[in-house]
Amino acid sequence: MTTPTVSAGELLNGDLPVLSRKDFVSDQEVRWCPGCGDYSILAQMQKMLPELKIPRENIVFISGIGCSSRFPYYVETYGFHSIHGRALTLATGLKTARPELTVFVVTGDGDGLSIGGNHLLHAMRRNVDLNVILFNNRIYGLTKGQFSPTSELGKVTKSSPYGTVESPLNPIRVALAAGATFVARSVDRDTKHLEETLYKATQHRGTSFVEVYQNCNIFNDGAFAAFTDREVRQDRMIYLEDGKTLRFGSERQHGIRLDGFTAQVVENAQGDDGLLVHQTNSENPTLANILVGMDYPAFPVPVGIFRAVDKPSYDELVQHQVDDARARHEPRFEELLNSGETWEVS
Amino acid sequence: MTTETRLPAEHLVQELDRVTIRFAGDSGDGMQLTGTQFTKTTAVFGNDLATLPDYPAEIRAPTGSLPGVSGFQLSFSSSDIRTPGDQPDVLVAMNPAALKTNVGDLRAGGLLIVDKDEFNATNLKKAAYASNPLEDGSLAKFQLVPIEITRQNELALEGTSLSSKDKFRSRNFYALGLILWLYDRSMDTTVRWATEQFKRRPEVLDANLKALRAGYNFGETTELFRVRYEVPAAHVAPGKYRHISGNEATALGFIAASVQSGLPLFYGSYPITPASDVLHELSKHKNFGIKTFQAEDEIAAIGAAIGAAYGGHLALTGTSGPGLALKSEALNLAVMTELPLVVIDVQRAGPSTGMPTKTEQSDLLQAMFGRNGDSSVAIVAPATPSECFFMAIEAFRIALKYMVPVIFMSDGYLGNGSEPWRIPLMSELPKVEYHYAPLNGDFSPYKRDPETLARPWAVPGQKGLEHRIGGIEKSGATGDISYDPRNHHEMTLARAERVARIARDIPDLEITGPSSGNLLLLGWGGTYGAITSAAEAARKRGLSVSSAHLRYLNPFPSNLGAVLSGFKKVMIPELNTGQLSLLIRGRFLVDAVGFNKISGQPFKIAEIEGKIDELLGLAGPYTFDFGQSASLGG
Ligand code: SF4
Repeated sequence: MTTPTVSAGELLNGDLPVLSRKDFVSDQEVRWCPGCGDYSILAQMQKMLPELKIPRENIVFISGIGCSSRFPYYVETYGFHSIHGRALTLATGLKTARPELTVFVVTGDGDGLSIGGNHLLHAMRRNVDLNVILFNNRIYGLTKGQFSPTSELGKVTKSSPYGTVESPLNPIRVALAAGATFVARSVDRDTKHLEETLYKATQHRGTSFVEVYQNCNIFNDGAFAAFTDREVRQDRMIYLEDGKTLRFGSERQHGIRLDGFTAQVVENAQGDDGLLVHQTNSENPTLANILVGMDYPAFPVPVGIFRAVDKPSYDELVQHQVDDARARHEPRFEELLNSGETWEVS
Repeated sequence: MTTETRLPAEHLVQELDRVTIRFAGDSGDGMQLTGTQFTKTTAVFGNDLATLPDYPAEIRAPTGSLPGVSGFQLSFSSSDIRTPGDQPDVLVAMNPAALKTNVGDLRAGGLLIVDKDEFNATNLKKAAYASNPLEDGSLAKFQLVPIEITRQNELALEGTSLSSKDKFRSRNFYALGLILWLYDRSMDTTVRWATEQFKRRPEVLDANLKALRAGYNFGETTELFRVRYEVPAAHVAPGKYRHISGNEATALGFIAASVQSGLPLFYGSYPITPASDVLHELSKHKNFGIKTFQAEDEIAAIGAAIGAAYGGHLALTGTSGPGLALKSEALNLAVMTELPLVVIDVQRAGPSTGMPTKTEQSDLLQAMFGRNGDSSVAIVAPATPSECFFMAIEAFRIALKYMVPVIFMSDGYLGNGSEPWRIPLMSELPKVEYHYAPLNGDFSPYKRDPETLARPWAVPGQKGLEHRIGGIEKSGATGDISYDPRNHHEMTLARAERVARIARDIPDLEITGPSSGNLLLLGWGGTYGAITSAAEAARKRGLSVSSAHLRYLNPFPSNLGAVLSGFKKVMIPELNTGQLSLLIRGRFLVDAVGFNKISGQPFKIAEIEGKIDELLGLAGPYTFDFGQSASLGG
């Protein structure tokens, strides 16, 4: 008897084609509002995908519900536009069943942190090999402008005319708390950084969590403009780079150091001046947890990779158990049927 | 005084056709083990049998308390048997609470074995007995045999290194030995099992075997029992047999579907009573390429299964009623994306948490209609524990052929109940086929097969078939998002029609008894044994009663309307308030009479017979007798 297997390898026919950005553009008309930050994320993704050198048919985009979740329709790969909050569950099942596929999950602050918050935690703690891109626009766009779990306290929206009375979640903090092995942040309008971050996410095994600050120009325009505008970016954002001193400013003249357990800005730092050196692969997430607390205007907003540690992925471990069990005990169904206490009747 | 009398020393042997025994004790007394071991021995001996474990929801209710009572009933026979028996002939009660909650079911004149040592003041108080029932004459209508089980057992274990607490825990082996002797069964099966089970704890093994033998010898040497009973082996079809519970058969059936189709099985599930055993069983057999995923919640469990189905695997999720409710939105995603998916619902008493360890058939309408929109899924329901095996294979045959979600409706009674099962030969297993979309055809995600209306199954990795699906309505022609009025109308009808067409592909409903007459009993699911036996008994009494049992609830077998029209009256016994009745009345405009029991317990044959007599004008209106246990709270 043969043991059932399905793998992309068997389904593949032909050699690896050389692909370009155009190959990842589907025939569907893109329907986001003109000026929406989603366009940029889509463009960087389509630019990045050929670099993976993976056949298109082995790539799957899975989304939930929300503006961002329309994403799969626009990428010429396999795609699944699921239901609100549940993209990660489908992705977990697909990747566990078919570890050889490259799976992206596109979600938003409502989809991923509100209705689907539970699944996000568990995918990250399991370390399923998924690339999760969370578009954070701090608002519900598709349902036309209610506050979201990342909206700032006091925010006035259609459903909070007197301002919200609830504190926001910080997606990066959530990811770190859940034990995510790759945690990064980028910005829709910083196209080069975004493309690079997306690429690095795909090169990581296990769950890669990328928060992208995304502008919803209809319901929450300029939510991040104060620090993402080109003119102020260098002074108000800090690019995290592994092994490098934490410096920012147009001349990289400022830095970050520790004061007890909190970060402290050192303006016009002399030499290294006790500045922190960023390290992404530390098993100990303390530094990442300190950095995640830095926010504008008291601090420059950190973007880049907060944490990237190597750990076997869930799907890999599951596959390993199956292979191992098969090697130790050849599957014979007849034997299984006849196991336990049996008796003959003649 | 008690009816304990010294009887003649010689043991007479009496042959019986059928015996029903119930073991009852505190949940810590190991009654499930006693019952299971007796069952195994009896199955190996060659009796036909059926079992009904009945355990409390509390994992550890207070010792000796009424809610802490755990029971195991089995009925075995020298002829074909379909239910675990209406009324026990024998009750083994290990303490006063067990006696109190179970004695109401014992038939008058039945054998009542109790552990006399446990009837002390403390335990009597816990069981709310004002006086000792062993002494106040209240048990006079039974053959009461009080035995000092605790003390006898302790004596037998004298000199072992066990603590007195551990010695006490061997009492169930003592009781088992006694009953094995009483029904002339060998101890071999239990000895073999225990030797394997306790191989790392030789002192426990030794004690348990000593207790077992002591119980057996006690029966042999004392004069408490005048008669020893024999239930000869049943005449069953030749072949190799094993004992199987519904949940085991379910798990094996789904593995068989994987083996027969050549597709690896993916099982997403969240622990829930009484479905967890399927998860336990499947997670043992990873060597068959099975991947089990214990999800963070019910929604994730079905979501992951949908992901696996999309990936071209055999996708399964399993739960019980409350979990099915949580899965309904995702199930609709599978309806909309037309992916092959099987959902197991091992039903339990509801609504809400209800009574998790008790059985019911009250999820039928939830399975039929519990989703937004016009959403049709296929529904199958095995009728016996062993039938779960073939229905599991059948569920996937349908799911794969029609690209449709299928709900497999089991229940607590089927799942935990067990019976001997003739192990099928590999050549007897049905074929399960699947087809991925052809690589070189002209592919469109919703281009339907003209016969089955199934859409093509294009799975990631298939070059050139990249496409997008999702919960938003799609154009039947292009697979793109569509809000076109005509398209939605047609797609809704096509989704329903695809399920309706399954009726062409399933067996006709069979009638047991004549195909026309005064009364038809129509049932579904785990009530098969009681319904069929009641109808058979009625026919033996010369009544015009037939029975039919539905294994397919959606769609119904094509001949169902014709079957119904052959009878003057139709009665639908169900463990709910009338869910199949509603469907049958609505669909066929038949004035079916529901017979509905919602006690968490299965039907007794006599109850259905009582209702038959009412409907045929032979007796007045039938009312349930819920026995002593139901009135305990009042
Ligand atoms: S509502 Fe906002 S997030 Fe949605 S598409 Fe329009 S701009 Fe983008």
